[in-house]
Amino acid sequence: MGLMPGVLIWSGRIGRRVVGLVVTALIGALFAATLVRLAPGADSDERDFDPRFSPASIHALHESRAADRNLARYYVTYLRGLAHGDFGVSYSLKRPVRELLADRGLTTLRLAGCGLIAGWALGLALAIVATQWKVGGMSTFTSGLSAMLLCVPAALIGLLVLAARAQWWWAIALIILPKVYSYTRGLLEKVSTEPHVLLARAKGLGRGRIFVWHVMPSVLPELLALAGISVSLAFSAAIPIEAVCDIPGVGQLAWQAALGRDLPILVTITLLLALITRAANAMADIAIAALHGDAQREATV
Amino acid sequence: MRNVAIAVLTIIFVVALGADVLSPASYKEQFRQAPNAGPSAQHPLGTDELGRDRLSRLLYGSRISLMLAPAAALLATAIAAGAGATAGFLGGRWERTFLSATDLSLSLPWMLFLMTVRALLPLDVAPAVSIAITFLLLGALGWAGPARIVRAAVVAMRRSEFMLQARGSGSTGFRIVLVHLLPNLKPVLITQFLISIPVFILSEANLGLLGLGVAEPMPSWGSLLRDLERFSEVRSNPWLLAPAVMLVAVVICFQIIARPKDLAT
Amino acid sequence: MKALSLLLVSVSLSVQAAQELRFCLRNEPKTFDPALVEDNASETIRYLTGGVLMRLNRLTQELEPELAVSWKVMEGSRAITLHLRENVKFSDGTPFTSDDVAYTFRRLMDPALHSATGDAFRSGEGNLEAIVDGPRKITLRFPEPVAGLDRMFDQAAIVSAHSSNRDAAVLGPFRVKEYKPGAYVVLERNPTYWKRDSAGHTLPYVDAIHLDIQQNREIELLRFERGELQLINTLEPEHFERLSAQVPRSVYDLGPGMNSEFFWFNQSAGAPIAPYKKAWFQSTVFRKAISESINRDDLCRIVYRGHATPAAGPVSPANHQWVNAALKPPPYRPEQALRELAQAGFRFANGTLSDQAGHRIEFTIVTNSGNQARQRACAMMQQDMEKIGIKLNVAMLDFPALLERMNRTLDYDAVLLGLVNVDIDPNMQMNIWLSSSSMHSWNPKQAKPATVWEEEIDRLMRVQASQLDYRKRKAAFDRVQQIAAEQAPIIYLVNKNVLSAVSPVVKGARPVPLTPQTFWNAERMTLDGPGSQSSH
Repeated sequence: MGLMPGVLIWSGRIGRRVVGLVVTALIGALFAATLVRLAPGADSDERDFDPRFSPASIHALHESRAADRNLARYYVTYLRGLAHGDFGVSYSLKRPVRELLADRGLTTLRLAGCGLIAGWALGLALAIVATQWKVGGMSTFTSGLSAMLLCVPAALIGLLVLAARAQWWWAIALIILPKVYSYTRGLLEKVSTEPHVLLARAKGLGRGRIFVWHVMPSVLPELLALAGISVSLAFSAAIPIEAVCDIPGVGQLAWQAALGRDLPILVTITLLLALITRAANAMADIAIAALHGDAQREATV
Repeated sequence: MRNVAIAVLTIIFVVALGADVLSPASYKEQFRQAPNAGPSAQHPLGTDELGRDRLSRLLYGSRISLMLAPAAALLATAIAAGAGATAGFLGGRWERTFLSATDLSLSLPWMLFLMTVRALLPLDVAPAVSIAITFLLLGALGWAGPARIVRAAVVAMRRSEFMLQARGSGSTGFRIVLVHLLPNLKPVLITQFLISIPVFILSEANLGLLGLGVAEPMPSWGSLLRDLERFSEVRSNPWLLAPAVMLVAVVICFQIIARPKDLAT
Repeated sequence: MKALSLLLVSVSLSVQAAQELRFCLRNEPKTFDPALVEDNASETIRYLTGGVLMRLNRLTQELEPELAVSWKVMEGSRAITLHLRENVKFSDGTPFTSDDVAYTFRRLMDPALHSATGDAFRSGEGNLEAIVDGPRKITLRFPEPVAGLDRMFDQAAIVSAHSSNRDAAVLGPFRVKEYKPGAYVVLERNPTYWKRDSAGHTLPYVDAIHLDIQQNREIELLRFERGELQLINTLEPEHFERLSAQVPRSVYDLGPGMNSEFFWFNQSAGAPIAPYKKAWFQSTVFRKAISESINRDDLCRIVYRGHATPAAGPVSPANHQWVNAALKPPPYRPEQALRELAQAGFRFANGTLSDQAGHRIEFTIVTNSGNQARQRACAMMQQDMEKIGIKLNVAMLDFPALLERMNRTLDYDAVLLGLVNVDIDPNMQMNIWLSSSSMHSWNPKQAKPATVWEEEIDRLMRVQASQLDYRKRKAAFDRVQQIAAEQAPIIYLVNKNVLSAVSPVVKGARPVPLTPQTFWNAERMTLDGPGSQSSH
């Protein structure tokens, strides 16, 4: 009997979060549409300067886009289409946006997903090694590696991955790695000076136990937040990598759409990205909130 | 180790500031008889595709990037700290609004906003103004991710022992933030600042595709680094890596300096 | 045992003999409908899969019969009668008849379709008349005479009128087998292709063409070096140097192409720029002086690594038919330029040039970002202008923003761009030369010609459009080129050379300056044994 109220409360919470998710995504889509309309060149087209076209054809082209010029009207039409699962038709590629995303979505998911996991694994590993393993030069070596990766342009990382004939997701991993490493290392170093850790050490507890039970819980909240934003970080990194290395994913589509002011594609990608970002961050938030109690308990050790 | 880093950084800063005096040639003079030349006595790092002295361009580019990138990084970190700490501390509706704002900020196509800014600027805007605006925008737009991390740290601290103590002793909100919260956020904020410097330098170069950033003939570190994308040439002319080496050195020096002094085992 | 090993060897040989030519498309093809082709990538696919009535031989620049065995242009270039080839089938087996030609052209000329190819045939209002005279003969009558009518048929790929699957039915040497959006297009041999070589073998020789969609030239070069690609249609000058050092037999400098790089000043009366600037830009002396203060030889030598020549005017020397051979590129003589500017009232003092009212001569040139060659050209011109006291600012914008300034707001001083895939026939550039046109770059949409010389150009372009005699057309267009050189509304900089790379394993390739440079005779190209790759 006592389970029902709990379930109700939780489903209420989750329901609220889902509604919040959808609303944020839609606001994001509206903002994106506004940005595209305001950007210079929204009304111009390459065909304006193609001498093969007759004036009548060019005029007809402009007319076909006239309906989208009124932002409010475009947005209403878009939302109506959204309710039917229709994301609009791309201006430059002339295919339904849904088809374009379906073709490319998996590539980007794999790129960002594998890259995220690898980047986190390596970043954490390097940070732990740097702080726990007091071999001379190890911490300098890892710092140097991380600094080098930060200073290389994304495009060049992509080219290096290609030259090494490695999987493409390595490029994303190498971009995420230094950020995860830097934050984790900074946090681990700071925590190692905190009272409860020093107390645990004074008590003579083993290094492993101290690390798992005293150090990690203190850094978890920040790391969880980092994990949440690293999802959007991975997708943002996917855009220049895909664009430069000609990987046929959603990132390449987004880049070309931005350069070509392709309103339907940009609005839809923003919508989806907002959903993913919100979802990832929401999960991180829930985890952080769940840790609250733990943090309180730990502090009284 | 720390002193070495400080010394190296000081040398680099001094050399960059003294670019006018120290450069072997003007950064824009094209020695058209010797394009793509290798290192020589006259041109220690060789010349670029238009015959301009690479070393001079590196020094001038350093001046711009070394001054503006840390400033932009500071701005981004400050906004992140302020927004994140406030949201985490106040909680409730403020926090929820903050979280939605960060999610939106992380997913919007800001490239278009930057293009609009470029369009609003006059075409013949002074290069100094253009690049200052570029870094300003980078600083202002990069707050969302780090702000979330700050907020997470604050949330964790909210219930912690010393916060309860501080509240119990009657400190006001502002004092709590200043005296207790911010010092504990130091590792996150410092890391954020350190990461932002190279990220902004590289982003400035990418913004060149949108018309922002430096204009010819001015060099910037970012634009010099973009030259590395011509992979095939770098393999045969390794001195092209000089800007990258310098940037890596600067970043490592910053990292060493920023590391906490006393590291107990 | 011996028989078995022989069998195995012959099996492996035949497996190895599956030949696939691999090269890159620079962009995603926007359409597979031959009538709607506008971009390069779609054009490549149309060239390889579409059957045309007459084909312009890219090597000899002569028109050759393809699906039409003979033709006759009549009624003052207003109509054309075509005799069609027999026993030709579409790739799905449907027979090819004059109905298909009629259907294709009716569709192309449909004003609602807004086809670039169709618009080229439409020289006036009215509809096309297609008179079918049996399955092998058809007469097409256009609303107005079309200059250079027969040569335009090279662009019109014939589609099937009766096939149940029109998209898949083609008449060219290849047909589309697979398309992975954003990644690649695979073309396979068309089993019903009618053409045979002199020995009677069916064409094409290769079994398939694999087109990767690759924008990054560095990656394309890397893959060519690795042997993953066999052709690079247009090569960057730096990459040319690199490849010629590594594999000298693989690179070709085919001499000047049809493309040109140029810039122009904003001469629009309604432009939102300062009136004193308008006065400069509208002064012919000013424009010509600027033109003569640019060191074009240095541009060719440094920016294009010697793979370009200074341009004399709008028509490249590669266009033998239409170039005005009497015109020479403007000489580099900055002192002379300063003298002429002084005579026009400009003052050169303390290293700066000012006009009569004392304004320092300073303007901004805009070009599209992402094009390194143009960026470098602007930087070089900056230094050239400095020598005569002019301060040149360089601004880079992304293409849509640039177009907006050029076309709508007219808020710019000067724009640097280039023309690519220029058509041979001057009639295709009517829209640039007519002062009333929206594409008349320096002063678009004039209600009536703003200057005497623009009025003259309008008249001459109309003359060449209405004339059918080549000599008369050439005389008129020669005069247009001469006026362009005298008045310099557009300052032409260089004609880029056509640079291509063909892997030594490819046999039968004859690279030419006309597009498509390396694979215009793809149906007759083969690959050597070890170099051929099979598709994944």
